[in-house]
Amino acid sequence: MSELQQLNDSLSDVDDRTEQYLTFLLGKEEYGVEILRVQEIKGWESVTPIPNTPEYLCGVLNLRGAIVPVVDLRLRFEMPAREYTPTTVVVVLNVGEGVQRTVGIVVDGVSDAHNILPEEIKPSPDFGTNVSTDFITGLATIGSNMMMILNIDQLLRIEALG
Amino acid sequence: MSIDISQFHDVFFEESFEGLDAMETGLLNLDEGAADVDAINTIFRAAHSIKGGAGTFGFMAVSEFTHVMETLLDEMRNGQREVTSDSTNLLLEAVDVLREMLSAVQQKTDTDEERIADVNQRLEAMLSGEKLEVAGSVDEGTSNAATVEASPEQKIAGWEIKFQPHKHLFQTGNDPVRMLRELASLGELTSQLNDDGLPDFADLEPEDSYLSWQLTLKGNIPKEEVVEIFEWVDDDCDLVIEAIIQAPTNVEIAVAQLDKNEVGSQPVAEVQQESKPEKTAAPATPSVKAEAKKTAATPPATTSIRVGTDKIDSLINLVGELVITQSMLSQIGDNFVPDMLPQLIDGLAQLERNSREMQEAIMRIRMLPISFAFNRFPRLVHDLSDKSGKKVELKLTGEQTELDKTVMEKIGDPLVHLVRNSLDHGLETPDVRLAAGKDETGTIQLNAYHQGGNIIIEIVDDGAGLNEEKILSKAVEKGLVEVNAELSPEKIHELIFLPGFSTADEVTDISGRGVGMDVVRSNITGLGGSVEIKSKRGEGSTFTIRLPLTLAIMDGQTIRVANENYIIPLISIIETLEVKESDMKYVSAKGELYPLRDEYVPVIRLYDIFNLTPTTMDLEEGLLVIVEGEGQKVGLFIDDLLGQQQVVIKSLETNYRKVIGLSGATILGDGTVALILDVPGLMALYRDPSLAKIITNERAA
Repeated sequence: MSELQQLNDSLSDVDDRTEQYLTFLLGKEEYGVEILRVQEIKGWESVTPIPNTPEYLCGVLNLRGAIVPVVDLRLRFEMPAREYTPTTVVVVLNVGEGVQRTVGIVVDGVSDAHNILPEEIKPSPDFGTNVSTDFITGLATIGSNMMMILNIDQLLRIEALG
Repeated sequence: MSIDISQFHDVFFEESFEGLDAMETGLLNLDEGAADVDAINTIFRAAHSIKGGAGTFGFMAVSEFTHVMETLLDEMRNGQREVTSDSTNLLLEAVDVLREMLSAVQQKTDTDEERIADVNQRLEAMLSGEKLEVAGSVDEGTSNAATVEASPEQKIAGWEIKFQPHKHLFQTGNDPVRMLRELASLGELTSQLNDDGLPDFADLEPEDSYLSWQLTLKGNIPKEEVVEIFEWVDDDCDLVIEAIIQAPTNVEIAVAQLDKNEVGSQPVAEVQQESKPEKTAAPATPSVKAEAKKTAATPPATTSIRVGTDKIDSLINLVGELVITQSMLSQIGDNFVPDMLPQLIDGLAQLERNSREMQEAIMRIRMLPISFAFNRFPRLVHDLSDKSGKKVELKLTGEQTELDKTVMEKIGDPLVHLVRNSLDHGLETPDVRLAAGKDETGTIQLNAYHQGGNIIIEIVDDGAGLNEEKILSKAVEKGLVEVNAELSPEKIHELIFLPGFSTADEVTDISGRGVGMDVVRSNITGLGGSVEIKSKRGEGSTFTIRLPLTLAIMDGQTIRVANENYIIPLISIIETLEVKESDMKYVSAKGELYPLRDEYVPVIRLYDIFNLTPTTMDLEEGLLVIVEGEGQKVGLFIDDLLGQQQVVIKSLETNYRKVIGLSGATILGDGTVALILDVPGLMALYRDPSLAKIITNERAA
């Protein structure tokens, strides 16, 4: 009984407005996406490159019969490239408002899932033209780390995929 | 017990539309004067089933309208009426109206009441105008019911019966209750008793009948059946039987009760009365109805397909075989020893054959004979030739050629456009033809046949052909071509596919607005096909449409270039050659040309336009694939040819966007994705490499 009580207590601690984010790593930076947008997480498989597209668009891959474009986030953010190994992770996301599309992103590794309240999210900094922060919704602190919450609809809109 | 009959609506509509097509075809084949009983019977039967179905489902307007047509057809069938071009045309128009009515009912939209009323009126006028003799015969034996005319009988939604037995009715052994019961068994009966004739109780004679009834019998009931019930009381009562249209309106009773002498003038009077109730009845409800319609989103029309039982049977056979193969394989797998390897290989081979056959059988289900698309042309040509005063003979061949249903649906409009064009621009008027020494009747031929993996549809006319000078001057005038440009006749013919191009001096309602040929071409290329013109002045033009048999699956040739695999649609490949450097010709040191027999074919280095790192730049180390797109040949320089296989086409646009030079992607046996090359796109990219960049930049911006 007391255990149930405890469980209830701990559950009631969770605010309704809490949103869960999946965080992943790119080098030392930690990024987060709404967990409900994540369709699946899979290991790296070779993809088919599409001619005349930007470098960060790795190509397309067969996801159970669907042709899904895969974007390398490191290259997208103009970070140094890293070799793809079997431990490289592809996060498959559902993006787009209205018409939903499926897009995969290549990240260094998935780290954790976090509950975050809206008020815990701080506005994204303004670097002027030095660093584009259009696709960052805000910043959140997790322990001693800073997590950047990505606006994946903006980041992965068709026009931005090249 | 109530059955939800709405579930049968789709079937009804489908059958009705088929019936209408059959009627149309039949009507067009009717020869003037000579009544082909079989043909008329077919038309009649189609009309009859539409009427019956519409009645069953409560689409009274449709059923009533069809009834008039049916009556007319019935007379033709019985030889009471000559088959004239007037009546055929009127019936054709009625078929159109009926089709509109049916689709309006299907999509729950409004009908064009005026047109319906107009055609209905003309049908009725035709009926009553020449039909007095029949009217007489119907009236026979109905004595008191003589006020019933032939025309009200034509659209039975029910009957309005005024039944007033004479006093001595009971003495003849008749019982009104029995008759009412019988009437009720025919349809929905509402009765109103009139006891005005009832005397004071003191004066009441128990054996006399004092009552009278006003009866409304709803339903599509032959008049004979109603009359039959009253057969025995004919002389013992006052009986008035009138047909009702739609909801019973008193207007009609008045009309129907008009004196019999006025038969001649009646049709007009009646029609006027008749259209009124419809119109007044309509506006009364629509305001409410229209709103309801807006809120209730109409469900998307589901399409269905009719499949021959033989196709289904073969499919079932194949599934049977597949099951057997599967159980054989799982048996081998259960206790596998290396000795069984040959068996396993056999089994797998069988599985492969089964699945391929099955795939073909399933694809065949989607295949329909092209006559579905061709069938509308006799009518179209009939109408257009009437309108334009040209004499035209339409010849159809290869109607049984099968084509994917989706392709068929999309090719219909372009075909109509081309045929209209041939008739309007191509064929000359009879006097011009005679002057040119041709037969005064022009011919338009529609041919369909298979060639390789393609279906070819030709539209051939023996008209004047394209007027090259006129096209060129028009093109110059519109700024589409530079002044004094020297163009080959073929190039000039191509001009008519440019947007906004029309050579018609006058815009007619048949064609000439200059929206069209470009749409025709883009529709056809959208289907993965192509369209070409061959034309000779004074002899006519030929439009050749080339279409893939199906959109979902195609034969592909896998090729390798710069360590990447791509698939070229097999239908666009003409041949593959090894090239000798010495054969090559160069234009200003850059443009490479390969002399292929009597033409020079530009060479596209695939790695170049795709910006890949080449594995070899030496033409002699690779192969040249000659491909054709939009009537033009180019050579694609590739590293190697790999296998041929059937591929299922998947769109890149579902999750990404259109990529120039690619028509889609497919998944290979090993699960990897291969991209399918789009030959016209490659040519565009070759001519203007910035196309790829433009898209990228636009997107990035």
